[in-house]
Amino acid sequence: MRLINRKPGRAFALFLLLVPFVLALIAYSVGSEIRLAENPADKLLPAPSKIVATAERLFTEPDKRSGRILLWHDTAISLRRLGLGVMLSALAGLVFGLLIGLLPHLRAMFSGFVAVVSMIPPLAILPILFIVFGLGEVSKVVLIVIGITPFLIRDMSQRTLEIPREMIVKAETLGASTATIALRVALPQVLPRLIQSVRLSLGPAWLFLIAAEAIASDLGLGYRIFIVRRYLAMDVILTYVLWITLLAFTLDWLLKKLSERLFPWTEASL
Amino acid sequence: MSFVSVRSVFQSYDNRPILERVNLEVEEGEFVSIVGASGCGKSTFLRLLLAQETPTRGEITVDGNPPAREPGLERGVVFQRYSTFPHLSVRDNIVAGESFRRPWGRYFGAEKRAARARADETLARIGLDHVADNYPATLSGGMQQRLAIGQALVARPRILLLDEPFGALDPGTRLAMHDFLTELRDETGMTVFMVTHDLEEGFKLGDRVIVFDKPRWDPDDPGAYGATITYDFDARNGGIPFQTIKEQTHVLLPT
Repeated sequence: MRLINRKPGRAFALFLLLVPFVLALIAYSVGSEIRLAENPADKLLPAPSKIVATAERLFTEPDKRSGRILLWHDTAISLRRLGLGVMLSALAGLVFGLLIGLLPHLRAMFSGFVAVVSMIPPLAILPILFIVFGLGEVSKVVLIVIGITPFLIRDMSQRTLEIPREMIVKAETLGASTATIALRVALPQVLPRLIQSVRLSLGPAWLFLIAAEAIASDLGLGYRIFIVRRYLAMDVILTYVLWITLLAFTLDWLLKKLSERLFPWTEASL
Repeated sequence: MSFVSVRSVFQSYDNRPILERVNLEVEEGEFVSIVGASGCGKSTFLRLLLAQETPTRGEITVDGNPPAREPGLERGVVFQRYSTFPHLSVRDNIVAGESFRRPWGRYFGAEKRAARARADETLARIGLDHVADNYPATLSGGMQQRLAIGQALVARPRILLLDEPFGALDPGTRLAMHDFLTELRDETGMTVFMVTHDLEEGFKLGDRVIVFDKPRWDPDDPGAYGATITYDFDARNGGIPFQTIKEQTHVLLPT
């Protein structure tokens, strides 16, 4: 039997799913063990048990100076920045994408501009953002918006263009105006794709968030990682990295579930 | 002047002629089947009738009105695919046939309830009432096309354009759809244009069968000339042209 036709059973698939995770954990433990055996004070690869202990401390014990549990504060502020940035971008991407996809005049005017703007490396203009918007919340949100909006606009306008012409013509023969076609034919069909694109751009959004926080901030997940780097506190960094990964994964999963819940008709076509 | 009047219509893309000097007069209530080889401008002609494109020369008028510049309410259309809205339930697809012309594309309150009740009647008539709450993607090909035709008809168009509507259906479903279409046509008396690849289907359903072909052919440059209507058959009485059988003879009676 060809390899492309061999499929794992349910239990075996679950086992295969876990294998890389377990292997990564084992590789880390072995590496950590070797280094700690040579030098018990080694900080680079702390033992898994130490990471767990640190995580417990970070999640439960308040900071001595401020009396707040910093991790939760960092999480809240980072998620707020991320959420705000992603939501603004999604809204802009949806509105401009629909307009560019539907209206030939706007397409002629903006598609080239958006293509060029999307090539600007967002991190390269981060200094400008700090100068213009200051070091507060705005510059971080704006960096996320600038970073992912051009991609979302291009993707949404492309998706709008991919709506079969027949469907648009059919709506026209039913007497639909441009606004009706936009709101009742195009919008519902690109909304599921918007969630898809937002899921894809969550990765870059986290990147921009952490970069902005690392450079200028006094709270936030990215800020914390970069501040404890000075003390080589690998246990703290690793805890934060795992926590961020978990948050990102959960967000992605929630968006997927949201899409399935809101747009049952996309499932029907599969 | 006749109901649909096509006068010396030319259509070319990038200086490539597709249609040349097409003339056609169609009376109200006629069913015109359009046949021809692939790439002979059948679908182009339908798009011109639909006003999705405007001809490079000549004009098409319906009921003496000035030529349309974009598709509108007076023309209904069913394509081979993508003729229903996948994000609307079957019932809402029918309601859309009436409501899309409204300012927000929808009805509100009592009007909405009335429209839904009317849609349920329509669905019962076209045999889709048992799947009213499903999405079109869950329906079979024949049911989707029935829905598409029903949706086009509730908008009450003056002419109905069908672009190979049964092309993707299996033979049995196709026959059922023929009966369905014939019934609807007897009810509404609508003017219909249907593009088809199936000659038999064209003669069975149509009052007239027009054939698109290239009258001139340059062997060194097949794209040099466009197509036009080369035959116009009277297809009433089961497609025996220009004959009316008055008595029982040895000629097989059309069924």
